[in-house]
Amino acid sequence: MKFTLSWLQDHLATRKSLDEILDLMVQIGLEVEEVDDPAARLAPFTVCKVTAAEQHPDADKLRVCTVETVDGTKQIVCGAPNARAGMTAIYAPLGAYIPGLDFALDKKPRKIRGVESHGMMCSAKELEAGEDHDGIADLDEKFALGTPAAIALEANDPVIDFEVTPNRPDWLGVMGIARDLAAADGGRLISPELKSFSGSYDCPVEVHVDHEASCPIFTGVLIRDVVDGPSPDWMQKRLKAVGIQPKSLLVDVTNYVSLDRARPLHSYDADKLQGPIHARLGKAGETLDALDGKAYEITEDMCVIADKSGVIGLGGVMGGQSTAVSETTINVFLEAAWFDPLRTARTGRATGIISDARYRFERGVDMASCLDGLKQAVSLIRKYGGGKASKPVIAGAPKTHEDKVVFNPNDVERLTGLRVKTAEMKRMLKDLGFDIEDAGEAWYITVPDWRFDITQSADFVEEIARLTGFDQLPQASLPQADGLNAKPTSLQWRIRTGRRVLAARGFIEAVTWSFMSAPHAELFGGNEETLAVANPVASELSQMRPSILGNLASAAQRSADHGTSNVRLFEAGPIYLGDGPKDQRSVITALVQPSVQRHWDHAPQIYDAQSAKADLYALLEAFDQSPTRFQIAEPRQSHWHPGRAARLTLGPKTTIAHFGALHPRVLKALGVSGPVFGFELNLQALPNMKTSVLKTKPVLTKADLTPIRRDFAFLVDQAIQAGDIIRLAQKAHKTLISHVSVFDVYQGDGIDAGHKSVAIEVTLQPSGEALKEADINMVSDAIIKAVTKGTNGTLRS
Amino acid sequence: MSELESIESEALGAVQAAADLAALDAVRVAELGKKGRISAFMKTLGKMTPEERQVAGPLLNALKTRVADAVAARKTVLEDAALDAQLATEYEDLTLPPPPEPVGALHPVMQVFEEMAAIFGTMGFAVAEGPDIEDDWHNFTALNFPEGHPARETHDTFFMNNPEGGAPKVLRTHTSPVQIRTMMEQKPPIRIIAPGRVYRNDWDATHTPMFHQVEGLVIEKGIHMGHLKGCLIDFVKAFFEVDTVEARFRPHFFPFTEPSAEMDVKYTKKGDSIQIGQGDSWMEILGSGMVHPNVLRNCGIDPDEYQGFAFGMGVDRLAMLKYGMPDLRPYFEADPEWTRHYGFAPWLTPTVSGGLS
Repeated sequence: MKFTLSWLQDHLATRKSLDEILDLMVQIGLEVEEVDDPAARLAPFTVCKVTAAEQHPDADKLRVCTVETVDGTKQIVCGAPNARAGMTAIYAPLGAYIPGLDFALDKKPRKIRGVESHGMMCSAKELEAGEDHDGIADLDEKFALGTPAAIALEANDPVIDFEVTPNRPDWLGVMGIARDLAAADGGRLISPELKSFSGSYDCPVEVHVDHEASCPIFTGVLIRDVVDGPSPDWMQKRLKAVGIQPKSLLVDVTNYVSLDRARPLHSYDADKLQGPIHARLGKAGETLDALDGKAYEITEDMCVIADKSGVIGLGGVMGGQSTAVSETTINVFLEAAWFDPLRTARTGRATGIISDARYRFERGVDMASCLDGLKQAVSLIRKYGGGKASKPVIAGAPKTHEDKVVFNPNDVERLTGLRVKTAEMKRMLKDLGFDIEDAGEAWYITVPDWRFDITQSADFVEEIARLTGFDQLPQASLPQADGLNAKPTSLQWRIRTGRRVLAARGFIEAVTWSFMSAPHAELFGGNEETLAVANPVASELSQMRPSILGNLASAAQRSADHGTSNVRLFEAGPIYLGDGPKDQRSVITALVQPSVQRHWDHAPQIYDAQSAKADLYALLEAFDQSPTRFQIAEPRQSHWHPGRAARLTLGPKTTIAHFGALHPRVLKALGVSGPVFGFELNLQALPNMKTSVLKTKPVLTKADLTPIRRDFAFLVDQAIQAGDIIRLAQKAHKTLISHVSVFDVYQGDGIDAGHKSVAIEVTLQPSGEALKEADINMVSDAIIKAVTKGTNGTLRS
Repeated sequence: MSELESIESEALGAVQAAADLAALDAVRVAELGKKGRISAFMKTLGKMTPEERQVAGPLLNALKTRVADAVAARKTVLEDAALDAQLATEYEDLTLPPPPEPVGALHPVMQVFEEMAAIFGTMGFAVAEGPDIEDDWHNFTALNFPEGHPARETHDTFFMNNPEGGAPKVLRTHTSPVQIRTMMEQKPPIRIIAPGRVYRNDWDATHTPMFHQVEGLVIEKGIHMGHLKGCLIDFVKAFFEVDTVEARFRPHFFPFTEPSAEMDVKYTKKGDSIQIGQGDSWMEILGSGMVHPNVLRNCGIDPDEYQGFAFGMGVDRLAMLKYGMPDLRPYFEADPEWTRHYGFAPWLTPTVSGGLS
């Protein structure tokens, strides 16, 4: 909302400077966004008197002027056709910045065709202070030498722009702003009393309110024989200053009243109205050709203004073309009404119309201001456009705030810590327009009709606090937090730790969109209709992601395309399996698009499915989840390579993670060159860590006997999984076998086709007494028996 | 020269002359071995009279010691020489680069989340979470945004497809619904922060459709706006790691707080970077206020018994202010170069006592 200082001063008698007013606005919640103070911009420029203007010896179009200035008598070369002796003009000293030309004069006098010029005389346009007809500003001689240019050019009215928060539609009028400033001790509210008009005849236009809930009051007045022309200069100047292009008296007056008192009006060409006006709900099938040149279909939810011809306006949103005022209008019917904010907002959304009326009515307009609005408009129109006004016509009645709101003045200190004297609180509230009935502990307060944000005691606390100033609030640190536990949950701890484990293993953390394109999401099994965004910002961000792998794969490819290959990426974040509050999962996803790296000594191991498994296991170890407790099964998600990926499970039902190579078909569809390896670990599927009140660790039991190692090689079918051999060997003796590792897998010469040799090392850890040869042989036999039987293989000799 | 003197001189000469360890050992055996010359002399002691032995014993023992010492000394010299000769053949060009190792880094937004959790953790705030896909009630209605309220319009909300009709789910437009979920689930006293992803349908130079917020909530008896002010000033000082922060609170409007305030801090521009705390301009950094009684009531908390404050701040922007990222857009591009440059090493765990950054 923009307004000018002089406009504010119509409503506020104040001794405060512009800067003080701006500070006060910020203090009480009117957030100043921009201030344009022409006086500051024009500070270097002053009125001068031209005493002589001679023809330049070397240039036809230049004159050498002798000018009396604040800096003494100056010789100034001037190219303006209107420069002449005896003229009162604007002087720009050497070095001054000329805003309209965007350059600064030299600090030293410059020779123009051989004649020194000690400054410049400016046009209003060059000072961004108005328009000129020909040449430099030619001022009334009443302005004395040295008068600031801002005064001489009447460009001394600062324009202030501030943010109107949605709770305060009364700030959409200058009077509302003045009222708040006055309550904050910024001056006295002096808004002029509006002259009532006693119409000389009854208004021939009949009005009716047919649906009270959406339009409880509709008032109007007819003005006959108006001469519509340009509005007065002062009004045009103010409208222009706040960014509204003046059009004609009738249009400008409605805009002016709206800005001055937050009272929107609508004007109709009375000669185009057909019969009585009804404010009613729309009917299916009706249409409106609105003032914006578009046709709108009316629905039964909309509040319309209609006459015999049908719909002539959308109440509180926009008028229609059929009854619009034009250059030929002589009889004008002015409307001041009130439309329900919620319905106005719905109509606005349904039609997509963005108008000043909609903006105001959906936030709330003072219902009691209809007649005042008509008074102000009639008086302005009659003053500048003549005409005869009818008596006002009124349908319905304003529903004013009847219920009193209870304010407990002790709440001010309870909620803010501020101590404000009772008398001061009363003064503030009265200045804001509240009417107080003091009953001691509780005050019963009548809320003015322009306020829609006051429903309970806390709302008054805010009024008192902001008018007192939040700078007066005490500053207190929070008291000790007894009984509060700030420890992270196990999920939060795992995210923090897991991120650090992966970063330490060379992974770069990514934060990618929670969205993907719908086709990409489908590659990862996510085509749930409920996970599609109805109004996506872009088609590639239209579906909630079912996995992070796709986003990371695309990022890895982007990176490779920019010359950084072999990047290791991970993200700890959400995936979405449904739209319910429990359907979101926290996962850690890692992904590598490996490339061969060369090195003078030996090429580093290329990242593969085993590397992904190692990184996944490192995470599990960090989470105190021994990988041995999980099982490995075939992948269940179709975006993994069917043979080079696996699923980590806990029992038959719970999937903890998938890892390995991504499916080449998925990569192709993503536009990513393969192979690509990675894992996705569902943190919420992991069992909770054991927690105990006692932090002491069990006593370290360290084997004092040397472990014994034995090697075995088995010939098995190539489909047999090494994991099975390890598991079978491990189970061969419950206590003695402490570890089984695979140290060789071989296929080729000496091995039957379709078979492989798997060599394992078994570690036996005796405790208590040393193992005898017979014990070792017994365990060895048990291992051989278990593995050969379990795999249908043989011991390789 | 006595016989012993000439033996000594010969033996020592031979020790010095030994060119390698084998030659030296031969000398040792010849003189001090079982059948060696000096050993043979030692054996004669047994046949001497006690008086003779008293004279010859010390002489012989001294001789034996001097020769043995000489052998040991020579052995050290020869071993050193042998090691030096071996080492001379063992050169490696250590200007050659070692095998490459991948270098990881943590994302600045995630690091800043942890910094905030560390600071608020010292004030007793736990970290709370909630879903990104929210229902209208948690995201708006419970937070005192009535149906159709113009404040809803300012949120540029993403709506989810709603094949079954009814009010569509939304992508949460702020982390404030976590306030509601927390108050519905736990009884006061409450101190939580809720970091997380939020979504608004806006994409230009300074807005991304997804960004990060941290919400804060304190509900306790006797907590007033002065605590809000103190707590947030304490936080800003700790977060920007400065001793002085000049701050101002301005009235503003948020449906879910009453009174509501925005917090500005003074700052100075120093070249391309910004120093927070002091200076000649104000910068808005967060929104806050006393929790609206309607919000408390919506969560089943009696506003006459409990009260408190809430705040919310944009994490991406605070990270930019602290660490100087000039642009928001690369945050979500997973660009390794950007993350290595603006990100953090894995061992930098922010704590209040150990330093945040």
